[in-house]
Formats: sequence, C-alpha cells, structure tokens
Amino acid sequence: MTTAPAPASAPARLELVWEEPRGALGWLTTVDHKRIGLLFFFTSLAFFAAGGVEALLVRTQLAGPNAHVLGPERFDQLMTMHGTTMIFLFVVPMGLGAFGNYLVPLMVGARDLAFPRLNALSYWIYLASGLFVYMGLFIGQAPDQGWFSYVPLAQREFSPTYGVDFYALGLIFAGMSTTATAINLVTTIFKLRAPGMSLNRMPLFCYAQLAGAGSALILLPPLTLDLVLLELQRKAGFHFFDVAGGGSPLLWQHLFWLFGHPEVYLIVLPAFGITTSIIPTFARRKMIAAPLVALSELLVAFIGFGVWAHHMFTVGIPNSALAFFAAATLMVVIPSTIQIYAWLFTVNLGRPQFKVPLLFVGAFIVFFVIGGLSGIMFAAVPFDQAVTDTYFVVAHFHFVIFGAAVFPILGGIFYWFPKVTGRMYHEGWAQAAFWLTFVGTALTFFPMHIVGLLGMPRRVYTYSGGLGWDAYNLAETIGAFVLTAGLVLMAANLWWSRRHGPLAGPNPFGAPSLEWATSSPPPPYNFAVIPRVASEYPLWEPAEGGVLPEGHETLESTVRDAYLSEVVELPHESGWPPVVAALLAVMFGLALTSHFVAAGVFAGLAGLAALAWLWKEPELE
Amino acid sequence: MLHPASPQQHDIATLFWVMTGVAGFGIALIVFLLWLGWARRKREGMPGGERAGIGLLLLLGVVAPIVSLSALFVWSDVFVLRATSAPKPSSASLTVEVIGHQWWWEVRYPGTRAVTANEIHIPAGERVNVVGRSADVIHSFWVPALNRKIDLIPGRTNRILLDAARPGRYRGQCYEFCGLQHAHMGLWLVADPPARFRAWLADQERDATASGEGRDAFLAEACSSCHQIRGTPAQADVGPDLTHVASRRTIAGALLPNTPSELAAWITDPQHFKPGNRMPTLGLPGSEIRSIVAYLEKLR
Repeated sequence: MTTAPAPASAPARLELVWEEPRGALGWLTTVDHKRIGLLFFFTSLAFFAAGGVEALLVRTQLAGPNAHVLGPERFDQLMTMHGTTMIFLFVVPMGLGAFGNYLVPLMVGARDLAFPRLNALSYWIYLASGLFVYMGLFIGQAPDQGWFSYVPLAQREFSPTYGVDFYALGLIFAGMSTTATAINLVTTIFKLRAPGMSLNRMPLFCYAQLAGAGSALILLPPLTLDLVLLELQRKAGFHFFDVAGGGSPLLWQHLFWLFGHPEVYLIVLPAFGITTSIIPTFARRKMIAAPLVALSELLVAFIGFGVWAHHMFTVGIPNSALAFFAAATLMVVIPSTIQIYAWLFTVNLGRPQFKVPLLFVGAFIVFFVIGGLSGIMFAAVPFDQAVTDTYFVVAHFHFVIFGAAVFPILGGIFYWFPKVTGRMYHEGWAQAAFWLTFVGTALTFFPMHIVGLLGMPRRVYTYSGGLGWDAYNLAETIGAFVLTAGLVLMAANLWWSRRHGPLAGPNPFGAPSLEWATSSPPPPYNFAVIPRVASEYPLWEPAEGGVLPEGHETLESTVRDAYLSEVVELPHESGWPPVVAALLAVMFGLALTSHFVAAGVFAGLAGLAALAWLWKEPELE
Repeated sequence: MLHPASPQQHDIATLFWVMTGVAGFGIALIVFLLWLGWARRKREGMPGGERAGIGLLLLLGVVAPIVSLSALFVWSDVFVLRATSAPKPSSASLTVEVIGHQWWWEVRYPGTRAVTANEIHIPAGERVNVVGRSADVIHSFWVPALNRKIDLIPGRTNRILLDAARPGRYRGQCYEFCGLQHAHMGLWLVADPPARFRAWLADQERDATASGEGRDAFLAEACSSCHQIRGTPAQADVGPDLTHVASRRTIAGALLPNTPSELAAWITDPQHFKPGNRMPTLGLPGSEIRSIVAYLEKLR
C-alpha cells in the first residue's frame, strides 16, 4: 500500500521509543497489547489443558457403568472445575484477552489499546484469579457444587468446605479482569481508529469484539452481585437465599442466568468475528450483506439479555412467562441465521481455498447449526421441560461452546500464526489435526443427544447398567481421546513450525485487513505510518496518505467518521499492575478465610498502589 | 421419553420427532451449501450473482425462520404447553405429595395415613396431581415416560399431571444436581389397575404389626433414630419410612433390588453403595443384621 513518504530513520527512532526491557522483567512490566495478548493466549491455553484433563477424567469415569475411577467427591470437584475453568478461565480470556487484545489495535490502525496499563492489570488479575480458584483444587477443597452453584446446595449447611468460597471470590476477582479488558476494547474501537476508518469501514471482527465487550460490561454486575450475596450469606449469616430467613433460592437463579445467558453470547461472538475475518480472505471476495452481518452481531448480544429464564423453565414460573422467554429465545435465531447464510453465500460466490483456517470455519458452521437447532428445540417449552438437565442439553451446549466457539479459535490460531510468529505452519499436518479434531468432537458430543433422550441425567458420577446408556458413553469417551489427539497434533505442528516453518512475510494469505499491512511479527509500535483508510478492505482497496506520530503516541479519531482529532500519549511499561493484582489476591485470600479486617487493609493497599500508578505520569520522550 | 405411556408424553414425543425431522432437513441444507462451495471452488460467482445470494439469505435466513419458528411457537408454547401443564387439583382424582431429600424421595398420600419412599403407586387411567416439594436442596422430579419434569424447590410447591394410559412400571430419577449421591436418587412409578391401587393404598395405611428379635434390634440400634415404622416407637423422619419396606421392589433410591441379601449388604455398609449418603455404616454384627433383615422382610 502507498503512504506518505516516511523518513528512513523513522522506524529506528520509533523502535527506541517503544522497545520494552528484554527477559522476565520485560514481560512482568509490559504494557504492549501484543505481549499482553500473548500472555492471555498462553495462560488461557494452560487453563484449556487443565479443563481438558478434567474432562478426560470425567469421561474415563463415565466410560462404563458403575466405574470406580473416581468417587463422587472427586467427580463433583472435577466436573465443577471443568465447567468453571472452560467458561471463565479459558474461552472468554482467549476471545477477548488474547484475540481481542492482540488484533483489535492492529485492525483499527492503532499503536496500542486505549489504556495499556489497565490492559496489563487485566492480565495479572486474570492470572491471579485463575490461580486463586485452582488453589482450592490443590488443597483438596475445590468447588464441587456445579458451575452454576445453585442454592441451597451452595450454602454453608450443604457445602461446608472452602470450595464454594474459592469459586465465588475467585469469580468476583476474575470479573475485574474481564471488565477492564472490555472497557479497553470498547474505548479503542470507538476512539482510536485510523483516520478514514469510519464505523461502516470497521472490520466485522471489531464489531463482534464490540458486541462481546459491550455485553461483558452489562452481564458481569448481576454475577458479581449474586456472588457477593452468596458470600455474605456464607460468611456473615445473611438470608438472601433461604426461605426461613425471608429469602428465595430463585433469587440466585435469576441473577445467575441474567449473567449466564448473555455470557454464552459473549463466548461465541469473538468466534463470529474470527469467522468473518477468515471467510473473505479465503473466499477471496468481500462478505456479502456486511452491514446486515454487523447488525446481526450486535443484535445477538442485545436480544441475548432478554432470554435468561429459558434456563429456568422447570422452576414453576407461570405459562405466560414461559411463553415470553420462549418467544425471545426464538428471536435470537434470526440474526444467527442471517450470519450463517452470509457466510455460506460469500463462500459460494467466491473462489474459496480450503486451507486449514477455512476448514475450521466450515466445521464451525456445521457444529453451530446443529447446536443451534437443538437450541431451537429447547424453545419448545414442554420439550425443554422434558430433556433439560439430561445429556441432551450437555450435547447442545458443547456443540455451541466447543463446536461453535472453540473451532473458530483453532482456525484463528492457524490463520494469525504467521502474523504473530513470522513463520508459516505446516498445512498438511494441520489438515490432519483438523480432521482428527473434527471427528473426535462429533464422536464425543453427538451421542450425548441420544443418551439424554434415553434419560441419562447430567452431573452424575456414575450410572447403572441395563439402562441402555453404556455404549453411547463408551463412544463419547473414545471420542474425547480422539479429540485430544487432534489438539495435541495441532500443538505439535505449531510448536515445530515456530522454529522450522518457512518465513511468512507480512501477508501470506492476501488478506484485506490492516494487521496484514505491517511486518510479521509486528514491530512494537505496530505501524510507523498510521495508514489512511478509505474502504472496509484496506489492503484490497488502499488509499493514499497517512500520519506518522513520532513518539510513544497513537491517533485518536471521532467516533462515527474517524476524522483525526488528536495525538494521544501512551504510557510506558510499569510494575504497578502486577503489584496491584498481587495485593488484591491477598485481599481475596484473607476474605476467604474470614479475616475481614486484614482483607480491608489489603484492599486499601491495593487502592494506594493504584493511586501510585496513576500519580506517575507517562514519560515524554 | 421416546416411549410415551401417557397422552401428555405422547404430545411431547410427537413434538420432538417433528422438530427433529425439520432440523434434519435444516442441517442437510447447510451441509449441502458447504459442499457446494467446495465443489464449485474453482468457479467464481453463483447463478444470479450477489443479488441472488442476498435474496436467498433473506429468504432462508429471515423469512423461513420467522414462518417456521412462529408455527413452532404456537404449537409447542401454546397448545402442548397447556396440555402438559400442572393440572387443576379438582380435575385430578388423586393427589400425591413427593418431597425430595438428599438422596431419596418421600411419598405421601394426603387424606390418608400412607407414607412410603422411592416407589410411587398411582391408578392407571386416572389423572393424578403430583405435588412436589423439597426438604433440603433443589431436586427435580421426572418420570420420562409420563410427562415433563418439575423442580422441587424449598419454600415452593410445583405440580405435575401424571396420567398413565396403561398399567406399568416407569423409572424416574432426580434431575437437578443435589450433591454427592445425585446419581443414585432413583425412583419407580408403578401404575396399577385402579382396584389394585386402592388395595395397595389401604395396605400402606396400616400400621406394622410384625414382631421378633429383629424388631427389638431395630429399636435398640441407631436404626430407629432415623427411620419410622408406624405401629412401633420408631417415629423419626430423617430417613425413609420403613413401615411397608418389604412391599417395595427396590431399596436405596432404586439402586438395589429389594432382596434379603441385598438388604443385608446395604445395612452392613451403606457407604459402600452410596458413599456420602446420610446412612452411616454402623458396624453391626452379621447375626444382628440378619435378624433385622428378617424382621424388615415381614413389613409388607
């Protein structure tokens, strides 16, 4: 692409201004969105592996009837940790914290996110909160009440160990990270776009991130409130949830699902964004009906706030309420089907290359449709009231979470691997890994529909023989190991390609969006000249001109039309974010063990550390 | 669930099969479009071009869903919902109370003295109003062959209609995670011909009159501190009522067949079969257990 001629010395000067310390100290104090994105990536991968091991243990116990691999205590802890880990510690941090963090600034033509030190804090809080939750597992008091922690079971009378407290306090803690990341993404998307990238020229990936991050800000408070009420009940004798004290168990459920349903759209939205990046590149044409697709991404998030009680169809709410929530649930289908057909017809209209990222997207579409169809079936209330809490619903949500959220993540990892590492992955082995993963996923989760219809409840640590469930369970367990093999093969391919893959260059796939305009991997300052944008596919329809901010700066522009408004100073690396996160971790630990005064002291210290960080102005070079 | 034994479950099963058929068609269409994209990958464009693409998108992605989902909504969420909803008590010939405990089902017949556990009898061919409550945490009551499930929530009452078309035995279980032995909280629902049901109910109302050294052992040991046997001093209601335990086909929440050897094994070491359940392993001598079992076998 053409830009205003940049002085030859500009990259070297920018390098001096933007470089961060090498080694461990550099990573500890980094505020670079790319490094933080990689920290999120590897940490969420580690939690994915942990959640996967938990799943494999669960599936091993369930491979046959009356097995004795795990007793009920261990099983209940592992299944709770599996759900909690995958949802809170893997898929959302991966979608927003890894993909969002790394790619959004590059895609909008900025040099970093709007609040780099807040970004760092978000990561260190995420790491600390994840370790906090796992501390319970390490001391043998892991949460064991199921990932949605219904009361009264989660109350102290029925769950006397620290398990529920690790869960509740850990998730309040983790919510701070997601909130910080969401604020950062929304602000960056609205305010830091390159001149000329008006809202209608912003990549669909960013619309998906905007919808997800915006939802996160609204869906987290109900969860945080619910968890605070639970801890007040457990630790300070309040009566929010028990009938004898004037409370109600349904209060927990309403608040939880008010969070929980939008959460699952938060989970899947980054995947929609990855898909809408991969398809134009590999179909080698623009996405059709792009404004409809953007609107659909926002609508899915919005409508998702109105359907929560479809998780509560059997609690005894009146028929009129049941019908309302069923109708709202059915409405969400429309923006989803709009996107599906946009994707499919874009592929058909183009000349698609079925490289591995597009294969993962194809599988995603199949799994998303299957999961979506079973979801539609759940909107038929009497059917839901029959099969809810059976393996039929376990099948449904794994198709939409694993099939529809994880497959695009896997495709996205291959797609942006050359950009992040500078090297190309091995296509042949990647395709083998894809097929293994695809077959394994189908084999693991499809039989669950059947065994659920045959009456197998969810969250059971074992089952009796003679009920007709045995063969399906065995197939699912085999599938889980096949799926694992596929993922291991993927990881091996990427590990090997990192060192030995051919050099990739800036744009090996001929993609249209701005992250492909800079080198692979990008320099710390992303772009020397921030390009002027005149199209939603800037590299396919480049424009003349650009701006070269010389310092530790990026460009701020107006919200709708992206007229350049000012040059923004960005902060340098800082050690305060990990310090604040560590102080908060100690605070939560003290609250867990009911040392409330000491916890208050550490809250104060964390506040002081945050003030110290704000006090230090960003250095001007 | 797929072998309906009641008109309500028949409606639900029909709904399921129709939805599955349409869903099958839907996924086939999507797979076809994906395959088509692959098969035509060397050719740019499609017949009708981008306009056709957008037109089909609106037809298949907006119009078709609106039409089909509206139809689904009316059928399932107006008609079938009404048919499977909680009955007006006056429309039922019998009310049965089911109270969920960790990890067993207390069964009562209001208006009678009958109390049993884990095995519910109803008259076939009559509308039965089941009223569900919980004594501790949230449970969920479901007999898949007969109707949908209801949650048993402390402080609330939920009701479900059971209307077995023919006599038969139908399995049920708890469907809301309720702790360590959620997996083993099963039940049997027995639909008897009405006359046999009335006889059964009358039997269940009677006190236990059997005697023997097992009865003395039962009363002397910890058994009576949890279990009631009407007609004896054992009146505790922590665990299942055992007044007519020998009339039941299974024990331990439908986990074990109710035979003398299984009953003896259960009493000897309940923690072996349901680790974490509330019945402790007492370490009673084998001879004492045998005499208790002999006594319990008389409680029909």
